Amino acid sequence: MTRSVVITGVGAVTPLGVGARTLHERWSAGQSGIEDGFGRASEFEPKEHLSTKEVRRSDRFTQLALAAAQEALEDAGWDGEPPYDPDRAASVIGTGIGGIGTLEANHIILRDEGAERISPLSIPLLMANAASGVVAMKHDLRGQSFGTVSACAAGAHAIGMAERIIRYGDADAVVTGGSEAAITPLATAAFGRMDALSDSGISRPFDRRRDGFVMGEGAGILVLEEEQAARERGARILGYVRGYASTSDAHHLTAPEPNGRGAAKAMELALKDAGIEAQDVLYVNAHGTSTPLNDRSETNAIKTALGEELAARMPISSTKSAIGHLLGAAGAVEAIATLLALRDRIAPPTLNYEEPDEGLDLDYVPNEARPLPNGDARAIGLSNAFGFGGHNAVLCLEAS
Amino acid sequence: MAATATREEIEGRVFEALEEFGAEPDAISPDADFESLDVDSLDLVELAQIVEDEYGVQLKGEDMEGVKTVRQAVDLVMSKLG
Repeated sequence: MTRSVVITGVGAVTPLGVGARTLHERWSAGQSGIEDGFGRASEFEPKEHLSTKEVRRSDRFTQLALAAAQEALEDAGWDGEPPYDPDRAASVIGTGIGGIGTLEANHIILRDEGAERISPLSIPLLMANAASGVVAMKHDLRGQSFGTVSACAAGAHAIGMAERIIRYGDADAVVTGGSEAAITPLATAAFGRMDALSDSGISRPFDRRRDGFVMGEGAGILVLEEEQAARERGARILGYVRGYASTSDAHHLTAPEPNGRGAAKAMELALKDAGIEAQDVLYVNAHGTSTPLNDRSETNAIKTALGEELAARMPISSTKSAIGHLLGAAGAVEAIATLLALRDRIAPPTLNYEEPDEGLDLDYVPNEARPLPNGDARAIGLSNAFGFGGHNAVLCLEAS
Repeated sequence: MAATATREEIEGRVFEALEEFGAEPDAISPDADFESLDVDSLDLVELAQIVEDEYGVQLKGEDMEGVKTVRQAVDLVMSKLG
């Protein structure tokens, strides 16, 4: 019997506030969480969500993941412990960089005060798998636990791996997603030096004037469960992870393949994995970074994967227009945004989109949310995530 | 400074550190054991670092072995201070 994977809970901390539904409602209302050129999770106060010990024992990226996981597990109706054998509950959480804030702070101590002054907590805080390990520890998830590291595709890769773990039968539930807290001096300067960041500080994906991405931070966590087991425990089912695929451009360290070959392949394979025809897709949540290269190659990829005609009438929008680029958290936060949009049968808008660019001629849902076809149609969407290194990960989601 | 630290001062500083680590203030006493305070090996490494900073006393991993209570930790620092 084929095992299928349901989503029973979601949680998010983003520049639009604390809470997955807050993200969905504010983005759909056209609000932006970007201020002064950064998408900071400024409404997140760690001590409101975590104990003193947890705050001391975690880098900000782990704190964000812990808060989002707490929300997701409460949303899923887990009452303090897994409703399954803990050995069959897993944790897979991605990040682009991990605890770079901890690394930078301790490097300053090393330089100025010497090796003896380094915090013994440096490594356990900065390691990229910390979020996964700490979430597993807090919630007694004793099955597989690891981080995925694929730059800005990491959150989507994590969800894809989680889906595979359940489908393969290695676990009945996985707490999964992505987390990032890289608005630090080094990371900001380094992205700036490679001309990836927006000089204008405006995230306007697909617009002719787009000039780079806006750095954001946050976390998105989903609770995935095997469908039959979830139904037996009476869980409320938000939706399904129907399909997942991942490819590599094998082209360039940072630039996407201009025709979007690898991205298109990932979209096609995710649909094939889901057993869903392209014409049954209602909405595409684009990676849409607001960089000149991504938005062009992604547009090409969407045309290739869906066909020119279907692509031309597909509502496509970018969450990054409202919250900036959450790097390793992006794929997870955007999967949540996709799911909640599909549940409400709404395509949230691409903010700041005003001037079309030559060749970027798809329906990017400019500035105002739009209803999706209602009625009998299944609410199916694609969520794209691509990362430096040429990583492409695509999720096919369906809202129930 | 190192030579003049009193037991009360050291105990006070250890209490303060334990509170920073997240132990319940009401539960902290000389007889409290670290396990019940939810203070683990990583916290003790930090505690050793604080003690070294403030009193110039080096506590190595083997020194800390067998140290289970707040009183034992203060005793250890006092003995190192000579």
